[in-house]
Amino acid sequence: MAHVPFQYGLYLAAALFLIGLTGVLVRRNLIFVLASIEIMLNAAGLAFVVAGSRWGSPDGQVMFLFILAMAAAEVAVGLALALLFRRAFGSLDVDAARRMRG
Amino acid sequence: MLHLLFLVPLLPFAGFTVLALGGRRLTRRGVALVGAGSVGLAALVALAVSIDFIAAPPAGHAFDQVLWTWFSVAGLRVQVALYLDPLAVCFILVVTCIGFLIHLYSVEHMAHDEGYARFFTYMNLFVGFMLVLVLADDLLLLYLGWEGVGLCSYLLIGFWYKHWYNGYAARKAFVVTRVGDTAMIVGLFLLYTQLGTLQIQPLMHRAAASWAQGSALPVAAALLLLGGAVGKSAQLPLQTWLPDAMAGPSPVSALIHAATMVTAGVYLIARTNVLFDLAPSARTTVAVIGAATLLYAGVSALFQVDLKRILAYSTVSQVGYMFLALGVGAWSAGIFMFVTHAFFKALLFLSAGVVIDAMDDEHDIFRMGGLRTRLPLAFWTFLIGAAALSALPIVTAGFYSKDLIIDRTLQSTQGSAWLWVGGLVGSLLTGLYSFRAVFVVFFGPVRTEPRADFRTGLPVRLPLYVLAAGSLVAGLIDIPRGWAHVQELDSFLAPVLPEAALRHGGLAAHLWVTFVPGVVAVAGIGLGWLLYERRRQERAEIETSLAARYFMAGWGFDTFYRYLVEVPFLWFAHVSRGDLFEPPVAGLAHATRAGWRALSATQNGLVRSYVLVVGLGVAVGVLYVVLR
Repeated sequence: MAHVPFQYGLYLAAALFLIGLTGVLVRRNLIFVLASIEIMLNAAGLAFVVAGSRWGSPDGQVMFLFILAMAAAEVAVGLALALLFRRAFGSLDVDAARRMRG
Repeated sequence: MLHLLFLVPLLPFAGFTVLALGGRRLTRRGVALVGAGSVGLAALVALAVSIDFIAAPPAGHAFDQVLWTWFSVAGLRVQVALYLDPLAVCFILVVTCIGFLIHLYSVEHMAHDEGYARFFTYMNLFVGFMLVLVLADDLLLLYLGWEGVGLCSYLLIGFWYKHWYNGYAARKAFVVTRVGDTAMIVGLFLLYTQLGTLQIQPLMHRAAASWAQGSALPVAAALLLLGGAVGKSAQLPLQTWLPDAMAGPSPVSALIHAATMVTAGVYLIARTNVLFDLAPSARTTVAVIGAATLLYAGVSALFQVDLKRILAYSTVSQVGYMFLALGVGAWSAGIFMFVTHAFFKALLFLSAGVVIDAMDDEHDIFRMGGLRTRLPLAFWTFLIGAAALSALPIVTAGFYSKDLIIDRTLQSTQGSAWLWVGGLVGSLLTGLYSFRAVFVVFFGPVRTEPRADFRTGLPVRLPLYVLAAGSLVAGLIDIPRGWAHVQELDSFLAPVLPEAALRHGGLAAHLWVTFVPGVVAVAGIGLGWLLYERRRQERAEIETSLAARYFMAGWGFDTFYRYLVEVPFLWFAHVSRGDLFEPPVAGLAHATRAGWRALSATQNGLVRSYVLVVGLGVAVGVLYVVLR
């Protein structure tokens, strides 16, 4: 198996994170915002795994499992929020929730 | 029995506490029971203590009861102690007994007022503070009572606070008396720094021992205390608050602004008589202020159209007589006047309260008239009060006290013929304005019919009967020497108040001089009858003249103070708007407002913008760490 330099892994993680962040910033549909957050979480997880392999430690993979569990919980809460959001505002547009502006 | 003395001020304070905490939950009957009952019990205890005191005077004619130490700091140790001597006995008897009668009257008079419980709360507090004032063993405790009665006066003048004028009158009373109080507290500082104590008896001993007669310090101290007395007792030049204080309910005028609080100045001067004896010039000032005030107020009273304002100016004038007596060294005559005045002036106010109530809150005497047949109770009691006020000879109490004062102004070595003439003219004016009120209100044609449903119950009638009886016979405790050997009050007060030094020969030696005050008083009443009952035509011309308007406004003192104090103060406040301190203060306000605008703009409710800011923040943080 060819050896992949760990920098490439980090570049991929950074690229994924920026893609996710851009998604959060530009998408207005709540479902897509949640999906973009998932992408950012996975980018973080990838960075942990790469760092773990670089230092030859299992901690990075353990941390990825934690992130996975947290992401599952986040999705459950996020989808429930999306459901309530839809009921309250009649759409999934996050900008519709501006009633509380200062 | 004497050890029960602490109950005398305690009972009204207890009544105040109960009413203040639970007044809303009590029924009207309960409020009346607590409010009048507490003062009634205090009156019973005061009577018992006084009888005990008179029957078996304690050693040194004084009873001292130390309750607790108020505070002790840097060598100044102030004790809450009560000091009962003959002077205090006179005051607690008048305060509690007449106070109780006025409370009883209020039970019915105020029955339909929505602030019934509040009224009795303040009244009980007042009686408590007044008793602290007259029983205090320490000048600082006296000052506590002094300010306490001032507070109650403020609260009760503005009792009907929904009308702006009542609030104005209350503030005016508070601020004007504060001028005098400031002088008084400076006087206390002076006494403490010079003599090292504020306890009255040691203070007086030290003053007599260490200060020379007529030196600068006793004169300064006496004049500063006199400032306080002038403010509280509404004497020239701080008299302007009392006529406006009539905005309060009639029982308040009777209790606070006639019988008790306004005589606190007289009490203070009598209590510190040693100091005034050391300062002859200050004492002359007292006499001159008294004489000037009694003339000023007498002329003002003559032109008032508001029934209660007539009585207010008459109070100022009669307290002027008390000052005159104190000023010429006739200490006990001043206290005698205080006792009889408390009876007849309370009577006049309560009876005026009946008239005003029956006329549906009408104060203008020229809209009244012919009430003699309509309100016989008010007529007879007012007539007795007015007769006592004008010192109708032999049959009224006012005669004995005022006659004594006028005689003493001539006989005393500190008196003079000028003061004597002033007192006589004042006496003439008193008869004139008192009977002007009597004739205009109770005689002549009926101008307004009293309320058809007006009735007086026993709680109103009983105080009027008792006070009317007092106004007739209270003078018999001190009959002029040479008539009979009854000088009960004079000999009772002798241990505390020195006897006036009398001079022999001169004008005072003539026998006819002693009859002059009585003749003048009768002449005043007769002139009143002639002017206001017989010659109605001339009367109308007098009442509408320009001079009448000037005297009605109290000789323009209010306008004078307006231009002396109020206008310059407002002008100064206006000019100093743009001073040095304005920019920093205004700048702070502007900066706060700008910050608020900026921060509230960021809370736009767009989740995506929040994410962007968080992202940028993280990016800046990372860049800072990486590029450092």
